[in-house]
This record gives sequence, structure tokens and C-alpha cells, in this order.
Amino acid sequence: MTTATFNIWRGDAAGGEFTEYTTELSEGMVVLDAMHQVQAEQAQDLAIRWNCKAGKCGSCSAEVNGMPKLMCMTRMSDLPTDEPITIQPLKAFPLIKDLVTDVSWNYKVKKKIAPFKPRQPDFEDGSWEMHQSDVDRVQEFRKCIECYLCQDVCHVLRDHHMHEEFIGPRFLVYSAALEMHPLDTEDRREDLRETQGVGLCNITKCCTKVCPEGITITDNAIIPLKERVVDDAYDPLTKLVQLVTKKKG
Amino acid sequence: MDNYSKHEHDVLIIGAGGAGLRAAIEASAAGASVGLVSKSLLGKAHTVMAEGGMAAALSNVDERDSWKVHFADTMRGGQYLNNWRMAEIHAQEAPERVRELEAWGAVFDRTKEGKILQRNFGGHAYPRLAHVGDRTGLEMLRTLQDHGVHQGLDDYQECTITRLFKDGDRVTGAFGYDRESGHFRIFQAGAVIIATGGIGRAFKVTSNSWEGTGDGHSLGYEAGAELIDMEFIQFHPTGMVWPPSVRGLLVTEGVRGEGGALKNSEGQRFMYDDIPPLYENQTADTPEEGWRYVTGDREARRPAELLTRDHVARSIVREVKEGRGSPHGGVFLDIAWIKEKIPNAEEHIKRKLPAMYHQFMELAGIDITKEPMEVGPTTHYVMGGIRVDPESQMSTVQGLFAAGEAGAGLHGANRLGGNSLSDLLVFGKRAGEYAASFANEKGISDIDPEEIHRAEQEALDPLKRQNQSTSLNPYQLQFELQDLLQEKVGIIRKEDTLEEATKEIEGLAEKAKSVAVTGNRKFNPGWHTALDLKHLLTVAKACACSALTREESRGAHSRIDFPDKETGYWAKHTIGLRKGKDGDMEVVKTPIPEIPEKLQKIIGEQG
Repeated sequence: MTTATFNIWRGDAAGGEFTEYTTELSEGMVVLDAMHQVQAEQAQDLAIRWNCKAGKCGSCSAEVNGMPKLMCMTRMSDLPTDEPITIQPLKAFPLIKDLVTDVSWNYKVKKKIAPFKPRQPDFEDGSWEMHQSDVDRVQEFRKCIECYLCQDVCHVLRDHHMHEEFIGPRFLVYSAALEMHPLDTEDRREDLRETQGVGLCNITKCCTKVCPEGITITDNAIIPLKERVVDDAYDPLTKLVQLVTKKKG
Repeated sequence: MDNYSKHEHDVLIIGAGGAGLRAAIEASAAGASVGLVSKSLLGKAHTVMAEGGMAAALSNVDERDSWKVHFADTMRGGQYLNNWRMAEIHAQEAPERVRELEAWGAVFDRTKEGKILQRNFGGHAYPRLAHVGDRTGLEMLRTLQDHGVHQGLDDYQECTITRLFKDGDRVTGAFGYDRESGHFRIFQAGAVIIATGGIGRAFKVTSNSWEGTGDGHSLGYEAGAELIDMEFIQFHPTGMVWPPSVRGLLVTEGVRGEGGALKNSEGQRFMYDDIPPLYENQTADTPEEGWRYVTGDREARRPAELLTRDHVARSIVREVKEGRGSPHGGVFLDIAWIKEKIPNAEEHIKRKLPAMYHQFMELAGIDITKEPMEVGPTTHYVMGGIRVDPESQMSTVQGLFAAGEAGAGLHGANRLGGNSLSDLLVFGKRAGEYAASFANEKGISDIDPEEIHRAEQEALDPLKRQNQSTSLNPYQLQFELQDLLQEKVGIIRKEDTLEEATKEIEGLAEKAKSVAVTGNRKFNPGWHTALDLKHLLTVAKACACSALTREESRGAHSRIDFPDKETGYWAKHTIGLRKGKDGDMEVVKTPIPEIPEKLQKIIGEQG
């Protein structure tokens, strides 16, 4: 029987350490299966957050060998097992215990974003005429499962801890979904510019790389939002020049 | 005594999936202060797993559809054990609930005319399921969540309820703990809504997440509510079977709705071999006619793959048993074959079934646009649950309401695909509305401190036992129970094994008293598992008891020793379970209310 060895982070905000566990592997196993096996056989109180085990709920986010991943969608056969596999919690959020972090900040941020405000219905029964081409534009953003892997890798949050000034890629995607919703009439541009920090993103595209849903976060959501905000607030040409020079400086 | 926080709400809702959130929105709109408790983070509930869509007779794709046809389809699918009034309300109100979701921001796929597109599904006469690709559940849950959080409700995330409080015959509140810290919370409430979903975790092979441990069923039962229809467990015909770690993971019925063919190892479309009499008039004679139906030919009848889930699941079991299964003990589900029929089939499949494409590619290394999938039955849904009043959703306990999968009556002996999401919305709304008005009228009463003390002790017991030599591992006990139900209370049942199951469940319940967990109260899944065991054992016993009692085969309940559907007694009775005075589970058989003539006529017309 083949086995794999894991170095799993055990501890809480007060401190902790990597602990080594070895467990048997079976065909098709994913990292989350291995964690459950460790839990059932060796470490009953190992804290893991998970729900669907199908890549649809976005609960089991963790860093596998340093890469932000959904543990349920990371197959053991894709990882080298000749040396221990490191499993640790997301770094952009405060640690609760073991692999579980406090993601409540995300809920607070989302609540501050102006909600959906539809135009008057087109028909008497309260419905609207929308075409597939209209809805296709936002479907990509609406696929988001809120796993927060994008928040985890965004260096504005992860390294610079600007949680007060910046809402992060997830909520820029959410804002883009609302702003580009065919029925929405709300204007979120001022908020995006003044309090939500859309300008802080400097387009390194780390978020796009880790998105398990394959959402092209930077190109399709953030850049169009930046453009909208810029168009709204400034003379476009002057602002563009300013942006370019600032970045180079 | 330990410290705890105390909260007061007009309406306390346990569970924040589709039903819980919809109830919360409605109760808030009625002016009630609402507490919404969820075992997981908000927005992670099992509703996100729903793929196919929500059934509502919007008549956008086929104008022949109406609530009447939807009603008749639901009753036929449930083998006429459904509560007719719930089926009527559901069919009438579903379209409005879907449109309302759109008004809150949900984005559905569209028809050419720009209306909400509807797709075919098993047992529905016309294309009826509003959908977004194959991630409708996520769209619905996220819409409710994003709308709901702006309605002034208080949410308690990652909080598990372990007990309900009562004063006389009325519910007064609940006891729970925060998963994160282990901190206790007491909720005092005018009304309580149970919206905790299903019981799939009682079985080994299931499409359900860890949350489906039957908490609400068991909390309601312990508080004196009656459970009904617990013998009817839906085994979804198409779960993944390979690799082992994903066994049970759902493969949406939408695959068959888009033309997916079920084939055995001999390449036969075996669903065409055995069409039940109840569906003979509605089912295609040949795969060719079935394909014409899928592509919108209004004269054609439904492909045999879209027969009801109970029948499809049994047919798959038969094929496997008779040696015509796939290499890993399932059958083949082939959507790639449609390339013979349409250009750009690959693109079409990826667009209509993106999550399925992704799921098989990532987890099994199979490209469903090129190869068939291997599928087999998986425990998916429980038709049974808390008996409720069809109008108000109140249980047999005053002030205790139930909605969604935890409530019962709508689906009878078998649920049609797509009727679950609409169920959540229709009856979630009603539960919220009536619970708010109940709370408004009756106010909030006190909770007996003695009861609080007992609930605390019960919650702490597994931690206190950690140094005892007789202690048992909660995970192992859960596995034993899952194996037992899978083997003896599964798709095909018989008297002697059901009797064994009942006894063995009692044995496990005895063992559960020695379960111990290591560690402390801080985010300790071992402790959480130990506390969930009580609920799992209660629902397991309820399923086994009901299955043993119903001496016939009907809908999702199949007995080898009683293979036929009865036309006499069992066609007219539901089986209920109540906690007796001595603490034993009592079986109650209740005649089904007579279907009024006007509805009887509708059923007749849709023959």
C-alpha cells in the first residue's frame, strides 16, 4: 500500500507548529480525503472546513505545498509523494485553528457593496426581457464560489494587509457582476474609487492564476472596472497619462 | 455552569440553505426580528450543489404547460402519496417565486424571445426547469444570500443547534454551540423554523455534504413533532462511481435532459426495455423519438432515460446485478454520442453542462465530450420529514415550522427532479410568513433553566469521557452506521435485513453513549461528529422502521418480499413516527386526505 506523509499546520492564533502525519493512499484520492483519513484515524480534533467535496462550495481552501488550492479538487496523484506535502491555512486571514481561518472580513466587505437595483420590469407579470448575449457577459463572474483563494494571494491583502482600504479581487468580481448586470441601475463607481480601492490593484494577475472556477478576474472584471471608474471621474486622456507615469515612477 | 450568550428573536431559523434564507427574507419583510443559524458559513449550504434547475410552469418554452400539468406530474411522480394541497400550492406559486428571484438579481439562461429558458427533466411533461447551465443551485443560493443580508436579519454562522426548548406543547427556543469556539448560545424565540435539509450522511454512498445529518428531522422528533414518509429515500440514479474517493458525487439529470443516453456494457439503451405502465403513454418508443423530444419536437414523447428517478435507479441496479454493468459497478451515461446528431456537439456540451465537464475532467480524468461517464445510484434526497400543515408549514408542535427537505408531504413516494428548488422557495416563503405571524401573536416565552442545564451537559458529555477506557471513536461509529444503512436500508429492501438493521441501529445507539472525543471545544470536528451522531441514529431508525412497516413497493421504496404496488391499504396511508411517552419510537398510520374532485379531474385529464 502506498502512503503519503503530510506536514500539517496545527495550532491557533497563539502559536503552533507543523506536525507530521502519514496515511495510506487509494486511487483517485484528493487532498481533502487524506485530511479526513488523518482526522478519523490520528487527529480527531484536526480543524478543517469543508462542505460539498465537489469544488462547488468553496469551503476547503488551504495552501498545499505553498499553493492556494481547494483541497477537494487537488488530486494526490498530481503531487510528489517522495517528500512530505505541506498543508497550511490561508495566510491573508486571521487563524482560528489548524486549517481554519476567520474569513468574516469578507462578509463585512460584501455587505458594504451597494446591492442589486433593477430597472422597472418590462412586462406586467414583473419579468424582464433579457437575451442570452446580455446574460453571458456576467455569467463568468457569477460562477464564483467564494473560496477566497484570490483574496489569499492578492499581495495588497496578503503582504500589505490593506484590508481597510481594499476589497480584494473577489469583491471586484462581485462589483463587476453587479455593474454589468443587464438590469442593474445602481452606480458603484464612486465607492469603488473612494473606499474600495479599485486603484490599488496593480494587475499582477495572481488572483486569476489561482481561481478554481477559471474566472479571468483581472482582465475581465478588474480592468473594465478601473476603466469605468476612470471614465467617470477624470478626463480620460489626462488620467491615463497620470496613471502611466505614476506607475513608472 | 458554563457561560453562554442569550439571544432573542421573533423567528429563529435553523438552516441557511434555500428554504432557510427564503423564510428569513419573508419573516423579515413581515417585520419580525430574525435569527438565522447555519452549521456552515453563509452561502455554503448544500443548495449550491443543485444543478439542473427549478421546476415552475412559466410556460416560456411550451405554452401547453400550466400549473395543472405541473401538479399532475408531481402527483404521478409521487405515486399519489403526496399531500395534494401542497402539490397544488407548489405548482401554483412556483412561477411567481422564480420571477421574484430574478427581481433580486438571479440571472437565468434565456429563450430566443428573451424570457427565462426552461429545460426538460425526468417526469415533467414539458420543458419546465428554469436554470443557469448546471449551476442553478449556486445562482439561487447566492441571490437569496446577497438579497437576504440586506433585510436586517442576524446571522449566526458555523453554529450548530443540538436541542429545542419547549413550554407545554409550544416550542420556545433552541440550544446550540459555535463550531469555531465551542461557545454555547441560547436562542429564545416566538417561532422556530427547521430548514436543515436532508439525511444523506446516514448512508455510505451519498451526494450530500457533511451537513446532511438529519439534525432538523431529529430535533423536531425529539420535540414531539411527527415525521412522515421516512421510508422514501431518493437514490439518484446517476452518481459518480469511479474513482472511489468521489463515489456518490452527483451527475446532474440535466445530462439526460440534454440527450444523454444510459447504456449497459452491451451498448444497449436498457431504459427502453422496461417502461412502467403509469408512464407508457408519455414515454418514447424508440431512442430516435426520444431524441426528437430533446430537440423540441412537440409531437415526440420523453426519452426513457427521463423516467422518474426511482425507476431509473432500480433499472441500473438490475443491469449491474445481471452482469451488464460497467467496469466499476455502474452503467454508462453517454452525452458524447450527440455529436452524431448536431454540429459543434463538444461546444454545446461544455456550454450546457460546464460543471459536469469540469467535474469529470478534474476528478476522473474523463472528457465527457468524447467518452461516456460511469454512473450508479447515490443517496440524494429524503422525501420524508416533519409533517406540516400545507398552508402554514407548522408541524404538529405549536410554533415549530419546517420547510424544504426537512419538511414532508409535497413529494410523496418519489420527488421529481427540479421540484426541490421550487419547494424551497414556495414553502420557505410560506414558513417565514406564518412563523412571523405566529410569533407576533403569541410573543416570546421563558426557557426553563433546568432545560438549559440539561442541554449543556448533553453537549459536554463526549468531551468528559475522553479519559475513559471504554471510549469509542465518533468517526468509526459514524462509518459503521453508514455501512449498515447502505447495506440493509438501501435501494432494495426486505423484511429480515430491515429487522436486523433496526436491532443493529439500537446497538449502535447504545455504543454512541460511550463515544469520546479528544481535544477541547475549539473548532473540534471530532466533538461535532459525536454530537451529530444522535441525529443520524434517530433518522436511521426512522427510515428502517418505516421501511419495515410499508409492505409493498412504491416509488423510492422497494421490497423484494413485497415487489408489487398495492392498490388497497398502502395506496391510501402514510406512515408516521412519533416519540412515545416511554421514549420509544411509535409508528402511526394515517389515511391520506381524499383528493378533491376538481383536482382528481386534472389528474385524469393529464393521463
